[in-house]
Amino acid sequence: MIFLFYLLSTIMIVCALLVVFSKNPINNVIYLIMCFIAMAGHYILLNAQFLAVVHIIVYTGAIMVLFLFVIMLLNLNKAIIIRKSTVTRVSAVVTGGIFFLVLLAATRQTFEIDAKYPFNSEIGLVSGIGKTLFSEFLLPFEISSILFISAMVGAMMFGKKDA
Amino acid sequence: MKELSSAIQLIPLENYIFLSVALFSIGMMGVLFRRNTIAILMCLELMFNSVNLLLTAFSAYHSDPAGQVFVFFIMIVAAAEVAVGLSIVVMMKRNVDSIDINLLNRLKW
Amino acid sequence: MVALIPYITLAWLVPAFPLVGFLITSLAKSKLKHNQAGIIASTMVALSFITSVFLFFILNSSGQDSATLTLFNWVSAGDLKIPFAFLIDHLSLVMMLIITGIGALIHIYSIGYMHDDERVNSFFAQMNLFTFSMLLLVMGANYLILFIGWEGVGFCSYLLIGFWFKNPAFNYAARKAFVMNRIGDLGFILGIILLFFTFKSVSFNEVFAQAATLQSGAPILTLITLLLLVGAVGKSAQIPLFTWLPDAMAGPTPVSALIHAATMVTAGIYMIARSSILYNLAPITSNVMIVLGLTTAIITAIVGLRQNDIKKVLAYSTVSQLGYMFLALGLGAYSAAIFHVTTHAFFKALLFLGAGSIIHAMGGEQDIRKMGGLRSKMPITFLTFLIATIAISGIPPFSGFFSKDLILTKAFETSPWLYAFALGGALITCFYMFRLFYLVFFGAQRLSSAHPHESPRVMTVPLMILSVLSLFGGFLNIPALFGGDSGFENFLHKAVTSKESGEIHSATEIGLIMVSLSLLGIIIALAYRTYVKKSTVPAADGAPSSLIARIVANKFYLDEIFAALIEKPFGRLSDFLFKSVEVKVLDSAVDGVGTLTSRLGNLVRRLQQGNISFYLFAMVAGILLFIIFILIV
Repeated sequence: MIFLFYLLSTIMIVCALLVVFSKNPINNVIYLIMCFIAMAGHYILLNAQFLAVVHIIVYTGAIMVLFLFVIMLLNLNKAIIIRKSTVTRVSAVVTGGIFFLVLLAATRQTFEIDAKYPFNSEIGLVSGIGKTLFSEFLLPFEISSILFISAMVGAMMFGKKDA
Repeated sequence: MKELSSAIQLIPLENYIFLSVALFSIGMMGVLFRRNTIAILMCLELMFNSVNLLLTAFSAYHSDPAGQVFVFFIMIVAAAEVAVGLSIVVMMKRNVDSIDINLLNRLKW
Repeated sequence: MVALIPYITLAWLVPAFPLVGFLITSLAKSKLKHNQAGIIASTMVALSFITSVFLFFILNSSGQDSATLTLFNWVSAGDLKIPFAFLIDHLSLVMMLIITGIGALIHIYSIGYMHDDERVNSFFAQMNLFTFSMLLLVMGANYLILFIGWEGVGFCSYLLIGFWFKNPAFNYAARKAFVMNRIGDLGFILGIILLFFTFKSVSFNEVFAQAATLQSGAPILTLITLLLLVGAVGKSAQIPLFTWLPDAMAGPTPVSALIHAATMVTAGIYMIARSSILYNLAPITSNVMIVLGLTTAIITAIVGLRQNDIKKVLAYSTVSQLGYMFLALGLGAYSAAIFHVTTHAFFKALLFLGAGSIIHAMGGEQDIRKMGGLRSKMPITFLTFLIATIAISGIPPFSGFFSKDLILTKAFETSPWLYAFALGGALITCFYMFRLFYLVFFGAQRLSSAHPHESPRVMTVPLMILSVLSLFGGFLNIPALFGGDSGFENFLHKAVTSKESGEIHSATEIGLIMVSLSLLGIIIALAYRTYVKKSTVPAADGAPSSLIARIVANKFYLDEIFAALIEKPFGRLSDFLFKSVEVKVLDSAVDGVGTLTSRLGNLVRRLQQGNISFYLFAMVAGILLFIIFILIV
């Protein structure tokens, strides 16, 4: 099983790097989708089946399609030549590396945490999530609908021809 | 199912931490690296997902469903964010006929 | 606290009436028609006079010595607990009666005097506020309320002296009065702070109860009394802080009457009489007061000899009379001082209102060299002025005689020398008052352009009332020598503690009175011979005169000495502070801060270029630094 973990992880890292470094937007999107599918595998490994399904539906089914739509709508599917200067790009990579190290240092203390609780395979299922969502988190859940409405209104406002 | 769940115990938690930190750093590097606004948005998604992965891992290891509910909420926010972000990109393309982030230098005013 | 005497709680009405009057006249300033403000203001003061009389009878019939009326808790912080309370006893009642009674007459008189002034409504508002402050001063049950009234009086005097503010000289006079008062106030407030420091209270009752246990001549008491004395010297215009009072003549004449007769300058006397227990225990301060009072009385009387402005003469006579009061205070004869305050209030108000009537008749002319022959033109003013002049000169049976004689007798009991000097001052007073009187009313009219006429009834009636008071006011306190019972003194003895002094033989007393009377007669005759028979008119301002005459006419160059001693060095210091310290140090420091900020701004401005990717970098760098900081710390 640990083999599965390393496989998925490798796919994810490679795809993520390709998202950053490949120049064609369409390719970017496809790499990102692959990355997300690998992540859904991780969710299943973590016994979070509901999240895995929702992740596939929301991210690959909705968000990435939205990206593709926009790319095609704006006719951006050719490789874009615009690039940042070399200095910027090098410094971006260096900064990313430093950030990685610093974050690792910051999270190092959590490495010692062991699974203290008896493992419960039920929590990742629809019923487990649903019970928590509609009891403890009912109010945030309802409020998130307002967030969606406002996001929708905002998107339409921006998208109108002469806003 | 039983097999899968027992399999989790074999993978140490720090592996997930390591993975999500790596993903987050890659996403952040991409944000700094790219000039294409749509690519920057995609890198943002990458960062979101690394956090999601971490939350799910902790939730599973602690048998606490709250973490997974949080992931659910993060997805909601990400969806809203992408909708607004992409509409901004559309408007930007329409107004300055480019999606180069360096053209958005009006934040001075 | 429930007052023990029925109806004594009405005392709050006394200051409330003028306050209401002030509020009405000042708020409805533009709405009030002609004379309405004056009538409202006068009614309010008269009402509080009636209340005071009522209180007077209540207190007398109750058989008690004092009553404290606490309105509300005013300050309560730590040790400091100061209720807003009134103390009604015989001393404050006398002062309340003087203030409201004389004040009401002056208010009524002002209706006629200020008839044509365009800011008459503000005038009455300020007069009411003045009365209110003074009532607060005398009614307060602790030093802090007294201080509120004290400052209120100072402020109102500033407003009223500078009432005709379009004249820069008047403004200057108002400012001078204010600043000189401030000098005194500084001593006064330091004294109050020291009082609180020593006794942990500023309430009269508590302070006096505690002070009575102290040793006589205790250094702390001497210091407190000296500091309070500084305040009294400023407010009551004693040497060296007296020069503001003659300059305060810039205000309208009723204001002068109010300041000089009923309020303001008597505040210092009142305060010391109120603190009589403290002053009895501080012999050094008492001696200082004797010296100050006597010096002031004589010097200002001499200065008064050479003044030609009718109001200035009266002003110097006020300062001189205040000197007598201070002398009495220093001698420990507090009730004598208050008695002199009372009679002085009668005849000085009369003198000032009479002078106002004369000035009114002469069309604003104040120079006595240009007056003359007003006797037949203004009979009522002439008669009342005559009564006041006789009263201030101290001729029996007019009121001034009784009070002044009381002080002189006390002086003789202490030392014949004091008596001689005090009598000398009284003689000079008599001379210049009759000089003024003869010059104004006798001889030929010297200013042809003026058409003197008697003043309207609204002005003459207060004059008549006051002249009756000046005539008979002395009978309040007929000494034992004339078969009286010293009623006023005994009345006040319940509130103030006078020092016991040795009795003198009644034959000696009669002898003293005879001496002073005969001398007064000679002086009056001398004045008559000089100014009526020879009809001498004082020389014009520019005329050559002897050195002494010039010194006297210029009030001993006191203003100039002040200028040289205080103003010049202070001015130079200010100049130095301005040119060197402010311009070079403070300004450049302030400018430097500005320059530094704008330079830094220029530097940092480059960071703000509006480029999003740069901002992103900055953000990441910030987060990095933050995490590193957390990890390290």
